[in-house]
Amino acid sequence: MKIIIVGNGMVGYKFCEKLLARSTKTVELMVFGEEIRPAYDRVHLSEFFSGKTVEDLQLAPASWYKDQGIDLIVGDPIQEINRIEKTVRSFKGLLVQYDYLILATGSAAFVPPIPGVEKEGVFLYRTIEDLEMMQAWAPKAKSGAVIGGGLLGLEAAKAMIDLGISDTHVIEFAPRLMPRQIDEAGSAILQSKLETLGLSIHTAKNTAEIVGGSHITGMRFQDDSLLEVDMLIISAGIKPRDELARAAGLAIGPRGGIIVDQRMFTSDPSILAIGECALYEGMIYGLVAPGYEMAEVAVATLLGQGKTFLGFDMSTKLKLIGVDVASFGDPFAAESDAKSIVFEDKNKGIYKRINISSDGQELLGGILVGDAEQYNMLLQTYKNKVVLPPNPEDVILGFRGGESDVAAGVLGLPDDAIICSCEAVSKGDICGHVNQGLVSVDELKKCSKAGTGCGGCIPMVKDLINHTLKSQGIYVRNVICEHFDYSRQELLDLIRLHDLRSYDAVLTAHGNGDGCETCKPLVASIIASLWNEMILDKGNDTAQDSNDRFLANIQKGGTYSVVPRIPGGEITPEKLIVIGELAKEFGLYTKITGGQRIDMFGAHLTDLPIIWQRLIAAGFESGHAYGKALRTVKSCVGSTWCRFGLHDSVSFAIQIEERYRGIRAPHKIKGGVSGCIRECAEAQSKDFGIIATEKGWNLYVCGNGGSKPQHALLLASDIDSATCIQYIDRFLMFYIKTADPLTRTATWLNKLEGGMDYLRNVVVNDSLGLCAALEADMQLLVDNYVCEWKAAVENPEFRKRFSHFVNAPEEKDPSVQFDVLRDQKKAKAWKY
Amino acid sequence: MIETINQKWVLACLAQEVPENGGVCVKVGSNQVALFHFARRGEWYATQNECPHKQQMVLSRGMIGSAGEEPKVACPFHKKTFSLKTGECLSGDECALKIYSVDVRDGHVYILIESDEQ
Repeated sequence: MKIIIVGNGMVGYKFCEKLLARSTKTVELMVFGEEIRPAYDRVHLSEFFSGKTVEDLQLAPASWYKDQGIDLIVGDPIQEINRIEKTVRSFKGLLVQYDYLILATGSAAFVPPIPGVEKEGVFLYRTIEDLEMMQAWAPKAKSGAVIGGGLLGLEAAKAMIDLGISDTHVIEFAPRLMPRQIDEAGSAILQSKLETLGLSIHTAKNTAEIVGGSHITGMRFQDDSLLEVDMLIISAGIKPRDELARAAGLAIGPRGGIIVDQRMFTSDPSILAIGECALYEGMIYGLVAPGYEMAEVAVATLLGQGKTFLGFDMSTKLKLIGVDVASFGDPFAAESDAKSIVFEDKNKGIYKRINISSDGQELLGGILVGDAEQYNMLLQTYKNKVVLPPNPEDVILGFRGGESDVAAGVLGLPDDAIICSCEAVSKGDICGHVNQGLVSVDELKKCSKAGTGCGGCIPMVKDLINHTLKSQGIYVRNVICEHFDYSRQELLDLIRLHDLRSYDAVLTAHGNGDGCETCKPLVASIIASLWNEMILDKGNDTAQDSNDRFLANIQKGGTYSVVPRIPGGEITPEKLIVIGELAKEFGLYTKITGGQRIDMFGAHLTDLPIIWQRLIAAGFESGHAYGKALRTVKSCVGSTWCRFGLHDSVSFAIQIEERYRGIRAPHKIKGGVSGCIRECAEAQSKDFGIIATEKGWNLYVCGNGGSKPQHALLLASDIDSATCIQYIDRFLMFYIKTADPLTRTATWLNKLEGGMDYLRNVVVNDSLGLCAALEADMQLLVDNYVCEWKAAVENPEFRKRFSHFVNAPEEKDPSVQFDVLRDQKKAKAWKY
Repeated sequence: MIETINQKWVLACLAQEVPENGGVCVKVGSNQVALFHFARRGEWYATQNECPHKQQMVLSRGMIGSAGEEPKVACPFHKKTFSLKTGECLSGDECALKIYSVDVRDGHVYILIESDEQ
């Protein structure tokens, strides 16, 4: 059987994928695409501007088609169908015979007949080429507009903002945004929310003309008003690509679209149509999920299976310029046969509406703006006709008495409830996979495809995995590696209980094999966190990560950087001179770090002890920049100088940094102290951050800069200095004892069941009765502190490890090379 | 200690100069050899000191351990791991390490090198 697919968009691709997965006979597949590249994810097109590449967006590389035996021809659209001969002819002249023809030609942007649309600077928003042209034009544009305030129009506005055009306008013909999906009140909330984000929104505006010479300079409207813009995107709707079918004489709807029946047949029994070009019962389905469903039905039809298309729910959830918008079922149910429950919070920009049956039993549909977290749950409740709770408002406001009921919600769904509507994966499918041992979202994505479309169902998939595992009584353990069948927390307890103080002793007592680069530093870190002994002692040096082993950060080329501690960022001129002189003498590159201290780069291993000896003599000590340990406590200048400062933030930062210096943890720890609410020390981006208030200090914890920035959360407010330190003692020790390896406090908190409320209960209210022990453990670490660089330079056994050649200890590594940049040295770049 | 025309044993260092379960770098002419004392297994290994991934002279500062039965070393830069027995990259890369035979006699460590390496 030879099948030709006209169109290589998302739906055309899905058809190939589904057919190959299901067909047992050999089918010959040939695909013609108009665009120059294989099918890509048009739903997430705007991510092209936020850094995704064409390859990221591609649904499958060209090699996939080849591997599957599909003959893919891109950049060559079909021009003509000969229904009698059953052949198609392409633009480049290929003439091919088919048994079945699948039309998946999709849609094109609808361009309203406005004078001037041909001007330069006017774009459509449909293909990667469109995006590339916009990208080329945008640097010249200062202000831009989008015609269309629907789904696509707002997506295009997002793209425009991503292109750097801050003055962006949205022009909508209707009196409100997204008129097809959400009601008036919802639109109003959405509009005000988008306006606070900098978009200018003009509703009930009809564009009369696009003004300018060869390129656009502005727009004139029916009310004679003018708007100066130098870029315009038209995104006013779609029209089905039916021209090929029309020329072939297939039945076409009065307003366009190839008419199909329940099995996706067109008026010709050898030709099927799917996706946005197909018209089913007078309706074009302009979303990807119904397109995929049509592909599924078309595959079943060709394989002689009895599946039919019965229309599709147009429920949808989107993030528009950072604002969640969702609508499902019947969002506008009339008052006569339904009752509505509406929640509106103009302050936070949240609007929620659900429509329920008159007897209060059934959910008919609804709208969510600003917060769509409950969307999947609501959609499933609606689709599966799950009986509503006695107080139906609970489904949007949350269960407000006793424990949260959300989990019960997922479990309460029937097995055939569709969790992933893009790929039609049911709850039963997902639980089945979990029962067979697939326990991660990634594994599930691979084998069931759930969550690979819009991704909106992933939180529900995660919940299902967790609840299915829990219901089996499985406790998910995070074991360290092949050498230790324990989680970090379990191993910490064992090491403490058995008073083990070297890696070798721990491996002999509780492990197997010879260790590796995962368990060695982990165990070494636990030992340090428990006892705070010199980390190079007891043979632990070779178990430390390379940086800890040489008490310095290895850099490109194999040299090291040197970072002395400068508590709170406060340093005397004399000490600055010492650093300057040392850097000059040893030829080191100097840079101020993000943590308010000075980093010296390019030191040979052999030179480290001499450099440190000199630093220690000048009153410096190790900065532990090389360790998973306390790094810095950053401070603003505070009340001693600043006219706004409430308290002396520098003194407090120094006190805290000196208290926790050298303490090792599952990951590095950073702190900050700000002298007033202006927060110049950026304390809320730290693992613990302290901000002065009129009455004392506010303590924030679990913030993070780095790759996934996260603001710290308030743990306690208006506390005095002693209480503040007491809470940090407990907090840090609790983190050290319970966190997974290499987990920063922010991630640890995110995974902590009960979150911030739980943490506050443990640390402030002593709910576990642990506080006295946590404080005592911390005090032990504080009391055991010694500067490890001082210990290293004073002990000849440690000191002799700092040489490059064992048989020529004085010689430096001759392979080290430097280049010069801005009057300083830099490491020679990697060769490749 | 068998030598051939092309290979000879050279004295690297004293056994006690090598940390247990760790490595040191030995200067052999203009070459650098990483020497490891796998004390837990009572074994000695030697490889080139250069990590082939980014051409850095650092493998002697790497962490040793095992994957199953295979003894291995992890480069401190990007944690690429290599078999100490065969030199093969265990992290799925094409590159491999040159390995050397080691002999320990009377507290002295010897490495078998090609004559032209000195």
